[in-house]
Amino acid sequence: MQLITCPWCGPREETEFRYGGQADLAYPADPSALDDEQWARFLFFRDNPKGTFAERWCHDAGCRRWLRAVRDTRTYVFAETGPYGSFPRRSARPERSA
Amino acid sequence: MSRVDGYGRIDRTRTLAFTFDGVGYTAHPGDTLASALLAHGVTTLGTSIRLGRPRGVMGAWTEDPGGLVQIEEPFPEPMLLATTVDVVDGLVARGVAGQGRLAEVADTARYDHRHVHCDVLVVGAGPAGLVAARTAARAGLDVVLVDDRPTPGGTLTGTETVDGRPAPEWVDAVVAELAAAPHVTHLQATTAFGHYDDGFVLALERRGEGSDGGARARDHRIRAGRVVVAAGAIERPIVFEDDDRPGVMLASAARDLLHRHGVLAGREVVVFTVDDSAYAAALDLRQAGASVRVLDGRSEVPPGWTRRCAELDVPVEAGTDVRGTLGSDRVRAALVGESRREVPCDLLLVSGGWNPTAHLFSHVGGPLRWDPELVAFRPAGELPRTTVVGAANGTYALADVLREAGGEDAPTAPPEEITPRGMLWRTAGDPARQFVDIARDATVADIARAVGAGMTSVEHVKRYTTIGTAHDQGKTSGVLASGVTAELLGRPVESLGTTTFRPPFTPVPFAALAGRDRGDLFDPVRTTAVHAWHVAAGAVFEDVGQWKRARHYPAPGEDMAAAVLRECAAVRGSVGIMDGSTLGKIDVRGPDAGVLLDHLYTNLMSTLKVGRVRYGVMCGNDGMVFDDGTVLRLAEDRFLVTTTTGNAAHVLDWMEEWLQTEWPHLRVRLTSVTEQWSIFAVAGPRSRDVVGRVFGDVDVSNDAFGFMTWQDTTLDGVPVRLARISFSGELAFEVSVDAWHAPDLWARLVAAGAEDGITPYGTETMHVLRAEKGYPIIGQDTDGTVTPHDLGMSWAVSKKKPDFVGKRSFARPVATDPQRKQLVSLLPTDATTTLPEGSQIVALPDDGRLPPPPVPMLGHVTSSYRSAALGRPFALALVAGGRDRVGEVVGIPVGDMLIAAQIGGTVLVDPEGARRDG
Repeated sequence: MQLITCPWCGPREETEFRYGGQADLAYPADPSALDDEQWARFLFFRDNPKGTFAERWCHDAGCRRWLRAVRDTRTYVFAETGPYGSFPRRSARPERSA
Repeated sequence: MSRVDGYGRIDRTRTLAFTFDGVGYTAHPGDTLASALLAHGVTTLGTSIRLGRPRGVMGAWTEDPGGLVQIEEPFPEPMLLATTVDVVDGLVARGVAGQGRLAEVADTARYDHRHVHCDVLVVGAGPAGLVAARTAARAGLDVVLVDDRPTPGGTLTGTETVDGRPAPEWVDAVVAELAAAPHVTHLQATTAFGHYDDGFVLALERRGEGSDGGARARDHRIRAGRVVVAAGAIERPIVFEDDDRPGVMLASAARDLLHRHGVLAGREVVVFTVDDSAYAAALDLRQAGASVRVLDGRSEVPPGWTRRCAELDVPVEAGTDVRGTLGSDRVRAALVGESRREVPCDLLLVSGGWNPTAHLFSHVGGPLRWDPELVAFRPAGELPRTTVVGAANGTYALADVLREAGGEDAPTAPPEEITPRGMLWRTAGDPARQFVDIARDATVADIARAVGAGMTSVEHVKRYTTIGTAHDQGKTSGVLASGVTAELLGRPVESLGTTTFRPPFTPVPFAALAGRDRGDLFDPVRTTAVHAWHVAAGAVFEDVGQWKRARHYPAPGEDMAAAVLRECAAVRGSVGIMDGSTLGKIDVRGPDAGVLLDHLYTNLMSTLKVGRVRYGVMCGNDGMVFDDGTVLRLAEDRFLVTTTTGNAAHVLDWMEEWLQTEWPHLRVRLTSVTEQWSIFAVAGPRSRDVVGRVFGDVDVSNDAFGFMTWQDTTLDGVPVRLARISFSGELAFEVSVDAWHAPDLWARLVAAGAEDGITPYGTETMHVLRAEKGYPIIGQDTDGTVTPHDLGMSWAVSKKKPDFVGKRSFARPVATDPQRKQLVSLLPTDATTTLPEGSQIVALPDDGRLPPPPVPMLGHVTSSYRSAALGRPFALALVAGGRDRVGEVVGIPVGDMLIAAQIGGTVLVDPEGARRDG
């Protein structure tokens, strides 16, 4: 069981946290402007890198605040954690083509 | 008796009585079951699992592959190692034929957990661990020292010298220093069995049979800044024919039995070794009175050891080996050399060298590398937070161990003679009788079969032969199997490596892992403030999440079906009362509360007027319904949201997630008030009379108190909220009060309804009543693939709002497919069959029989009940294109029958809604 550093509570047991998937995917400003494929990509498609990955975690059994973490998917090691809003978010609209 | 005077750390002044296989024996405090039985000359403890061959003690501790026993008293436990069972007075044990038997009675002993945080955890209280712990303690660090054996000292036998003093004196001095040091916790009989991420180690402390009322075992969950693995090493056997015969033992085991328990395991001893360490065992046993002969597989024997052997009349033969054994239940002779010369013996000690006990290093991904000089795999490379010292690191000589663990101020020990170690996995002989894993009856022939089948990985060989999968997890056989496999493949052993070491290091009882989280404490039980009344009224409860909810209140002689019919009739005929306190309740407060709710509900909430109530549906981004409930607007900036009972926490999490991660600019605060408010539903045509009687100063007329409105009032100074909300279609009121005053208010409502025959009703009746009205239960009539439109709730989906969660998905073509499954009702045409929930729905063939498969599925039954109001069973179902099929008759396979049922609209009772306002 890993230790995860909550920006508000400090290092806490992994079981206190809930995983929230990929970070930095903002809800589209106007979903109706997206075509079906773009909307489907927002809904269902997520990155799955081997290496550094920005993720959302929620300190469920602690302060109940969401945080942003950067983790290496090969080693599980957390490179950094911070308050959720403290990092810039990129547009949700996927750049890749199908 | 093979007990030797002057040896061992047992208390000879006290005698304990125990029985084994029905025979009474004596032991002394400090004895294990193995040492006590060997003291009485009992060498065969059981038989092997596959071949039924005799099995005895081969190792001194948890590495022993042979000495399995079943404990009957004080508490039945299967398959423990006799070497790890401390004898207590009254112990009853027996040998096992390969397999033990689980207890059939509940374990009443207490087990518990302890969370421990420290700077340094030292695993092992041998010389390396003791020095490491002392060094850390002297540096002022928080130290935890655990060791799996009952007493500290590790493999120190007592004959060594440390810092110029006898080793036991030195051990006592270090232990005393640690005991006096603040911030040091020292636990013996505590096995660190698993090492996980970031310095997390689980350790099991065995605390005896709990005569003091304390825990029998305690699971320590240790989070350490640094883990020092000083777990020692385990001796490795050498494989030869019939090497599984009782009386064949690791050299270290015989030494351990002598020095810990004063037991001389044999009188006529042959020592077969390729490692210097076995010479110490030979000399110790000789000095204790045995006749001893050393057979060294190496052509060069250690001169110093050989000289000492000569002084004690211990012959040493170089360049020879043991090819097999003779005997029945106990070894009678070793077969030596090419000629298979018979050398009589009653104890055959073996040493093929040592394997570092690096398990706790491997658990966290630490790599092991073959060391040809050490003739073993040893830790290689660095890990954060983890240090391996002493024999676990492949450092065997005492002086080196002390220096490695202690650095500058390390204690000293005399230098030792070291001659090159031999590498010998097996001697020549019949592979089918050469046992590699004695616990699994697995032989060299089995490995040869695996290799012959094309396996070249030790992981595959392990799974094919089962070597290393027994209680001991291959502590003696694992590396041996790698060596034999390498030899058969004609490859160097370093190219094969070892199988992966995984936790637990030793078997751990589930009871110890569960700790106190058993029985009533397994999972929290949530009860409402009125629970005691329900119990007294004879309610049958059902679990809804962690809640206990009254399901129905059977009258004497009633089953559930009868009770529910009666309760339903009472609500539709007069008045009923239900405890709805388990509904999730979330207080949503702040200037932007309405904006948040508009985002999350499919309909508009911000337009709701203070004093009014609105039903709402929540969807995910995918447009699928995941919760529903009512929303009360309490003030311009404040709403009370109710959720389904089972989904309360999830809805709060969902709202928080959006608020924190997407719309942090919204000024809203969310608070769960589920536990604070009790809610009672008073439903039925006479509900207005009952509520009016209790709250005399509230005008409960329809004009003054309309449907989907709420009013606050007080009852004897206690604030109460009334709301016209109906989940049954009947005239109904929801009465809310703080949990403290809830039992009193419930009693007053029940008393006020007596003249109307007010009937308490449970969740089952609630389900029937709502189904008769076509109100879905989210999670029962839906399954995460159902939109509000599928439920016929397009009226609850706003067309005005530019966006809300789920809206975009409604525009996908799949969401408007007319063949989507839609909620409909089903009336079985026989008017008697209650369709099982979950039943599949198919087209009804002309002959009324289910055709052979494949049969296309049209949908499934989601809710099904008997209706008092309809006088017949009915069901709700999700059916493909269901709303266009109203009037059609479909088939539902029930057992061997195909039941016909007619599809209808969802509202079966009072479709005009005439009953809502009374």
